Amino acid sequence: MTADIEIRNVSKHFGAMTVLDDLSLSIKAREFIVFLGPSGCGKSTLLRMIAGLETVDTGEIAINNERIDHLPPGKRGIAMVFQSYALYPHMSVRDNMAFGLENIGMPRDVIDARIKESARILEMEHLLERKPGQLSGGQRQRVAIGRAIVKEPKAFLFDEPLSNLDAALRTRTRIELAQLHQRLQSTMIFVTHDQVEAMTLADRIVVMNNRKIEQIGSPMEIYDRPATKFVAGFVGAPAMNFVEATLDRSSRNATARFADGVSVQTEIASGQTSDGKYTFGIRSEDVGIVPVGQGNADGVVDVLERLGERTLVYARLGDGQQIVGSDAGNSRVAVGDKVGLAFDGRKSHLFGETGRAWHAGEV
Amino acid sequence: MDDRRATPRTALPAAGARTASVDIYAPQWRNFIFVAPFLFFFTTLLLVPLFWGMWLSFHKADTFSSGNFVGFGNYIRLFHDKVFLQSVWNTFYFVLLTVPTLALIGLFLALCLNRRTRTAAVLRTLFFSSSVLSVTIVTLIWRIVFIPNVGLLSTIYGWFGATAPAFISDPSLAMIGIAIATVWWCIGLPMMLFLSALQQIPQDIYEAAALDNANRWQTLRSITLPSIKRTFVLVVIVQIVLQFQLFGQAWLMTRGGPNNLTKPIVLYIYDTAFRRWDLGMGAAASEVLFVLILMAAMAQYLVTRNKAGQA
Repeated sequence: MTADIEIRNVSKHFGAMTVLDDLSLSIKAREFIVFLGPSGCGKSTLLRMIAGLETVDTGEIAINNERIDHLPPGKRGIAMVFQSYALYPHMSVRDNMAFGLENIGMPRDVIDARIKESARILEMEHLLERKPGQLSGGQRQRVAIGRAIVKEPKAFLFDEPLSNLDAALRTRTRIELAQLHQRLQSTMIFVTHDQVEAMTLADRIVVMNNRKIEQIGSPMEIYDRPATKFVAGFVGAPAMNFVEATLDRSSRNATARFADGVSVQTEIASGQTSDGKYTFGIRSEDVGIVPVGQGNADGVVDVLERLGERTLVYARLGDGQQIVGSDAGNSRVAVGDKVGLAFDGRKSHLFGETGRAWHAGEV
Repeated sequence: MDDRRATPRTALPAAGARTASVDIYAPQWRNFIFVAPFLFFFTTLLLVPLFWGMWLSFHKADTFSSGNFVGFGNYIRLFHDKVFLQSVWNTFYFVLLTVPTLALIGLFLALCLNRRTRTAAVLRTLFFSSSVLSVTIVTLIWRIVFIPNVGLLSTIYGWFGATAPAFISDPSLAMIGIAIATVWWCIGLPMMLFLSALQQIPQDIYEAAALDNANRWQTLRSITLPSIKRTFVLVVIVQIVLQFQLFGQAWLMTRGGPNNLTKPIVLYIYDTAFRRWDLGMGAAASEVLFVLILMAAMAQYLVTRNKAGQA
């Protein structure tokens, strides 16, 4: 079972505070959608509204073209995995999984067959008779997912389900979730503030900030062509370099000039831009480390982060502006060295005062 | 750990720069000072009277002398005394009337008032307020309610031309009358204990249950009640221990009457020891009560513990 989900002009207020402001979004059947955003951006609230755990103040939510925002949570045909797992502590794993099915009067043999099948998928047949208190964090996580699977829901909702796991287990579970999605071909909505989870799992990412959707797009769209300065800064680690700049629009493509005279030839058409203040943005992997004098600017190395396959170089320009560049894994650069920084104009971005973005190659 | 403890004490000052680490969990006689005040009162006010009572129960004693050793004589006399046997039955009957009622009504009130509204807060305070009253006030209030002809109950029945049940004088109703007053008086504590237990249940379990299509009844039966099982046991044990010691209400409302039908064990002890000055027999009756309370509480504890183990 799968479903497309339509969210139309949804708003939510808690008292005088607006949590979600006129939000619209369509989710296609079988899609893996990730709501990504910082704490307090409203992503969990939106998920809980789809689940029916929060009321919708204005607007509507429909699954397969049927309005569901007035239905109680259990009648919406969806399953949710909570951040805390929310397993029933006094019930065995089997009973935890059976509870929802028993409540709708499903025949015992169907329940048993479903539990058996989902336990097999999640490789937890040996855990069925245990209580949640006897399970490790990772095992509880599986049970929580199993409890969702047995319902064969139209859509799965995940509320930061990996945040309580340790790093190794989180990576493994992430891969398993991706496999599960391929296998079940179900619509899945996943809430996280972890951009790696978002990038690796999502078909499309919905980046949210400050009660609104900033951008909806595939992970690479979000990464390569962030719609706003917020998205550019939030997605990607280390964060994108931002430098205040003025534009020289005399040639076909605009040239960004920094305060201390450094200039970078972008591939953003001058005609698209206007006069005014801009922020120049470029990711660390698009800033090469070159011998002094051969790049767009020179800087002194503050910090080195050796990640193995590459080395992040935190260099300070003459005016104190810090730029993160990227060098080979076996880079010979040392802290205190003077290095040249080569900005790749084809990968540079410009952001207007409102946060709106321009990218290379836009016509 | 053991190695550190084995370090010779003389090595400590001599070591100079290298001081041995101190085991902060090692027993120290100074620690005794902190528990001494409690131990003093525990011994003089609890342990000594406990054993003195046991000693007394084996002697023929009055207020002037502790008399002769009579072995189980006091106990044998006790179990031949119809009034004592009646008082034991009365006490059990009272416990049976009050403890389940207190537990169930307490739970019901807690379930109703476990919400964040102003009304609920006011009602919580109201239901708890009776607990702060002294037994004298409580019995006075209920005597005013129950008193024949002019009492509140009689007045209300009178409006409908009916006769109110005689809760104080009717032999079959007197104990029920005392139980009603007691439940009204004691309902605050069970309600508060249940409320605090209900508030400990994580909200997300209820959300999961809502997504699992559980209706109100299924949620209560499968989520709420199993989550507060331990508190239920606690409430029942506390109330058994408390209600076995019924005295004030019976003494002030009925004086144990009519015909000793509302005389509880404590009232029997009081009569025997301090009105008939038969201290030995009073002490023996006290020991019986002590054992009864102990057994009831233990039985309740063991039964629920086994059930919890099986589940």
